[in-house]
Amino acid sequence: MTDLIERHDIEQFDDHGGHETNPHDDHEHHGPSGLLKWLTSTDHKVIGINYTVTSIVMLVVGGALAEIIRAQLVSPTSTLVSFAQYNQLFTMHGSIMIYLFAGPFAFAGLANYLVPLQVGAPDMAFPRLNALSYWLYLSGVITMVLSFFATGGPAAFGWVGYAPLTSAVNAPGVGPDLWIGALLLTGFSAIFSGVNLVATIFYLRAPGMTLFRMPIFTWNMLVTGILILLAFPVLTAALVMLYCDRHFGTHIFEVQGGGVPLLWQHMFWFWGHPEVYILALPFFGMVSEVIPVFSKKPMFGYKGMVFATLTIAALSLGVWAHHMFTSGAVLLPFFSIMSLLIAVPTGIKIFNWIGTMWKGQIQYTSAMLFSIGFVITFLIGGITGIFLASPPLDFFTHDTYFVVAHFHSVVMALVIGAMAGIYFWGPKITGYKLHEGWGKAQFWFLFLGTQVFTFPGYWLGLKGMARRMAVYPNNPSWQTLNDWSTVGAIMIGISTLFLIINFIVSWRKPIPAGDNPWDASGLEWFTSSPPPHHNFLSLPPIRSERPTWDYHHPEHPALGHGDHVSGHAEEKVSN
Amino acid sequence: MHSDNPQSGSHVKTGVVRKFITSRRAALLAVIAPLVLAGCQLPTFGAYHGITKGGSQTFKLWQGFSVIAVIIGGGTFLLILWVVFRYRHRSDAIPRQTQYNVPLEVLYTIVPILVVIGLFAATVVVENQVLSEPTPKATVNVTAFQWGWKFVYPGQNVVVVGQTTQDPTMVVPLGENVKMNLRSSDVVHGFYVPELNFSRFAQPGLLNTFTFNFDKLGVFKGQCTQLCGLYHSLMYFKIQVVTKTQYQAWLKANALSPAQAVAAANASANQINAGIPVKPAQTSYGVN
Repeated sequence: MTDLIERHDIEQFDDHGGHETNPHDDHEHHGPSGLLKWLTSTDHKVIGINYTVTSIVMLVVGGALAEIIRAQLVSPTSTLVSFAQYNQLFTMHGSIMIYLFAGPFAFAGLANYLVPLQVGAPDMAFPRLNALSYWLYLSGVITMVLSFFATGGPAAFGWVGYAPLTSAVNAPGVGPDLWIGALLLTGFSAIFSGVNLVATIFYLRAPGMTLFRMPIFTWNMLVTGILILLAFPVLTAALVMLYCDRHFGTHIFEVQGGGVPLLWQHMFWFWGHPEVYILALPFFGMVSEVIPVFSKKPMFGYKGMVFATLTIAALSLGVWAHHMFTSGAVLLPFFSIMSLLIAVPTGIKIFNWIGTMWKGQIQYTSAMLFSIGFVITFLIGGITGIFLASPPLDFFTHDTYFVVAHFHSVVMALVIGAMAGIYFWGPKITGYKLHEGWGKAQFWFLFLGTQVFTFPGYWLGLKGMARRMAVYPNNPSWQTLNDWSTVGAIMIGISTLFLIINFIVSWRKPIPAGDNPWDASGLEWFTSSPPPHHNFLSLPPIRSERPTWDYHHPEHPALGHGDHVSGHAEEKVSN
Repeated sequence: MHSDNPQSGSHVKTGVVRKFITSRRAALLAVIAPLVLAGCQLPTFGAYHGITKGGSQTFKLWQGFSVIAVIIGGGTFLLILWVVFRYRHRSDAIPRQTQYNVPLEVLYTIVPILVVIGLFAATVVVENQVLSEPTPKATVNVTAFQWGWKFVYPGQNVVVVGQTTQDPTMVVPLGENVKMNLRSSDVVHGFYVPELNFSRFAQPGLLNTFTFNFDKLGVFKGQCTQLCGLYHSLMYFKIQVVTKTQYQAWLKANALSPAQAVAAANASANQINAGIPVKPAQTSYGVN
């Protein structure tokens, strides 16, 4: 019976266009080469690399801005930058990191590259839309970066841009308009990426690749895609309304004409909280791929993991007002319980990752170290987030460094997760491994630097240091903690240098990776590194969520529900 | 425990579940027992004790959340560390390919839900206390503007105004319900005094009200928390809690003529910033 299915699967795929011959003989892609290839390709792999490289450049730019911010804060009355410059710095730091790095890296960079490979498809569902998506993103990047050179400087109202600080009166000039333009461009880019992800995952899966055989990364990208489609249009609408307020005389967010500034907060966070999970889910997916491979075990609680992801996504649409507890306008306990409940599926994920490592043979490659670093850092960010879900506790921590530290624990966890992704899939993308020694050095600086950077922040916030302060002359005693935080930021900066050095070293002294350097399980490891133009010459039978593993280790299948829980065991549990 | 048991999966599994349960029980005991013994001797976990009745309640809620966070977060962290050291690569043998343990998974779904329900219940109780607005004995109309604060005492002809580092000081009586009517005259600001364990946005076009009952004398620093433009970093103020008699004396000493008071209360942010006629009231108690 199983043999029949296997044969059927393969044949069906072959009819679809699989080849037993070398693609370089008869399936050569006769496209342009060189720069033109990168600029005009509709190949998901090329676009994925474009996205990844562009977003990593943005990570470095945003990180450099952060270093200036931390340098300013080393003394209570520092004059390294002016108040105006400081406001611009943190606005652009946040905007670049959130809009131009974290999201695009995750849901458009690696996802673009990996999702078609993981579901056994030759490309994304809409390759041209995919190219357009990248072009919109790149235009957004250029627009945002150019706003540094605008008369009056770039936007200076924070990455959340609370109305009416964003009005034409309070924030005159071209800089804020470029900010709005950049967000509109990247917003549309995200929406198109979301369309592509959902369509690809629903319609282009290889025969045998049922929904519950998809890798966790692909599952998370499906849910991310759906969240993008639900959340991003609201931000786009809010930005259009803001632009109208600034230029066409509407008063949607301005009290003077009967508008409601609070509406901006509602619309922004209706996008903004799902956005947190739009950013996080891809990285959850990445480490969910890495941890099983280096534990030599299947993902523990695979189905629970999928349901946890779906639960997080559903809850994330009903928690936006926890960003607005101190506005006094939304104090419904509803938003508190919804926010607290998100801890449950997130906790399930953490326990599932631990369960995966349990009784494994854990190999500490750089990718695995980064993944464990991700779990620990995210645990810290998650636990501190629970406090913020409780309105009375949010009242006195909101807009302080406690919140800054909390979400930096979260987003730095994502950066650490991104590194896991780079070290894990880099060999697939380039055909060469990254240097492990530099990778481990980078890990320790990044991981420890993150904790040294965030921990003083929690303390400072509780002592009363508010966000977005260029100076703190009234509280000189805060200097020591601020200095430690800056030390952490410097360590993070050094870790980035190590990454760049690693790129150079690995490029100079290439270590060929082979098709499947990690003995991994997904379909992407069944094809060559880098994969041929339309990805696969042949596919293994897909009868579990680990087709490549099953192919190489037929004697070690994952054990199902009934395989280990005997009545005896259950009896003991109930005791 | 049975973690090294090479036998059948059922034993291994049960060992896992049992270990999980017993270790959790032990951890709970280990943490709760001293707490019960020590009564209210919990550490502050970094927060202020609060200078109002509501603030003290918030502080206790903070302690409760912190204890739970330390137990769950710390326990999980130690579990990760243990797994990471215990199951490091030792042989090339492929380990047992266990993928599910439904009872264990159910356990770590149900227990967090119960914890969350507990946290939520405590939250609702404290939130209702913090937000309750009993009949006030004194009222202060607080207006935030770019970049300063105006405290108007309605019916008392007292107005305190100051911008940036002038630190306008709001004087309030001890042990009485003091109601704040918080407004903004331009952008969103944040009214925040760390030791109050409370903050609230000043929203343009909206009135936010809340009532404090101060139970500690002293001067407490406050500042704007919500980014409000160029001089956000310098938008300071203070709250001075004095006895009822001192409060009455202070009101008398700083009373303006009714006409002056109206002018001062209505002065726009621009007039204040331009230094026009509002003379900042001084506290009688010499603390700056």
